[in-house]
Amino acid sequence: MSDTKFSKEHEWITLDGEVGTIGITKHATEMLGDIVFAELPEKGSNVEKDGTAGVVESTKAASDVYTPVSGEVVEINQSIVDDPSKINADPEGGAWFFKLKLKDKSELDTLMNKGEYDKFAKETSA
Amino acid sequence: MNIKKTALYELHKNHNAKFVEFAGYSMPIQYSEGIVKEHNITRSKSGIFDVSHMGQLFIKFSEDITSKLQEILPTDLKNLKINQSKYSFLMKENGGIYDDLIITRMKDQYMIILNAACKENDLQIIRNKLNDQSLEINNDLSLVAIQGPESKSILENVISNISKLKFMNGENFSFENNEIYITRSGYTGEDGFEISLPNKVVNSFVGELISKGSTLIGLGARDTLRLEAGLCLYGHDINENTSPVEANLKWAISKNRIDDNFTGSQKIKKQIEEGVSKLRVGIKPETRVIARESTKIFDEKDNEIGKVTSGTFGPSVNASIAMGYISNSHSKTDTKVFLEVRGKKVPANVCDLPFYKKSYVKGEANV
Repeated sequence: MSDTKFSKEHEWITLDGEVGTIGITKHATEMLGDIVFAELPEKGSNVEKDGTAGVVESTKAASDVYTPVSGEVVEINQSIVDDPSKINADPEGGAWFFKLKLKDKSELDTLMNKGEYDKFAKETSA
Repeated sequence: MNIKKTALYELHKNHNAKFVEFAGYSMPIQYSEGIVKEHNITRSKSGIFDVSHMGQLFIKFSEDITSKLQEILPTDLKNLKINQSKYSFLMKENGGIYDDLIITRMKDQYMIILNAACKENDLQIIRNKLNDQSLEINNDLSLVAIQGPESKSILENVISNISKLKFMNGENFSFENNEIYITRSGYTGEDGFEISLPNKVVNSFVGELISKGSTLIGLGARDTLRLEAGLCLYGHDINENTSPVEANLKWAISKNRIDDNFTGSQKIKKQIEEGVSKLRVGIKPETRVIARESTKIFDEKDNEIGKVTSGTFGPSVNASIAMGYISNSHSKTDTKVFLEVRGKKVPANVCDLPFYKKSYVKGEANV
């Protein structure tokens, strides 16, 4: 998925037309450990780029989930709320968090590509 | 200050431990399996815990020492049998707790196991009480726990005859020609053993336990296991400002010591007779949301009635669980309360402890 973009807060986004699908990266799940709780934004709500749009908790600690772009929440993935262990199992696939109707596609330009993110993740976790 | 390491540090590293600083020690928080799997391995099979950061204090036995120790511990030591262990508290003048501990009457000495973060302060209190500044924590010994249903047969494969030990009893055994001391006890709610043995043989010993089928478990799972079992963590669920009565640990005060004199005894006696204003209880949120330490507790009329002292997700009960202090008027089982998490009020219920049913192998009554 070369068109996947990444944020410094360890979220990923893929775009399909006007709608972006957002989740947290595998690297993020490895840092968090076993995720046991997830909270998602409400469908129909508007979220602002870099604002909080959910929470994940591991047995150790709680972490906010940020949205990498602004938009309206058009769909949420209830299955990860019901079984948060899915996030550890398939973070960059089936365990996406929410879908947004993007407000401003140019916000994507501020994000990193795969190569840049991998380098960033390696440097910041050292 | 230099960060300390236990004798098992390299072994942890070789098993891909992630380390965390705990009470001045670099300790494994988890290994490659992760906290939930390590938790489940301990409940279903067997787990090994390095608890060598805890203080091991040995005090030569005499009747005079017994009397003096009774002045700072609310436990009947005079009737403690050889090789018997008791859970006790190093008491503070205000009825609070300096530390919780396990004291074992060995043949010629007492063994006291102290929390890592408290051990230096405890040592000074005990030195002063016994008027013996030469007392030292024994740093030549490691402490290893093996916990879970398969632990008995695994340990029996390494040390013969450990199966005869009863819960909260110990005995001397031998490993590679070194004397070691094993008690049947633990901090997980499972059947298990704690082994005190010289640093020089601990790597070989733990290596044998692993080869017989047990698994290294980190401090992360140790915390979820003990919380499911309703056991207190010092510095969180109990501290210098909580009394054993408020902590719902009255059972650990020997009945024949309630009218006796020990540090804080007047306060304790008053609390037993007149009741307390706050009490430690179990709390179960109605959703999966986790109520961590310091989460505020409210009643149905939005009055603040207490605070959470420990909270996590319990893998074996598959639910969010917490313990905390709550005003006595709301401490009854099934009382509906609300927990303030990230600005929202989450409904929860006061519940009985433990969350997870214990499976100790009991001998005679120990309380």
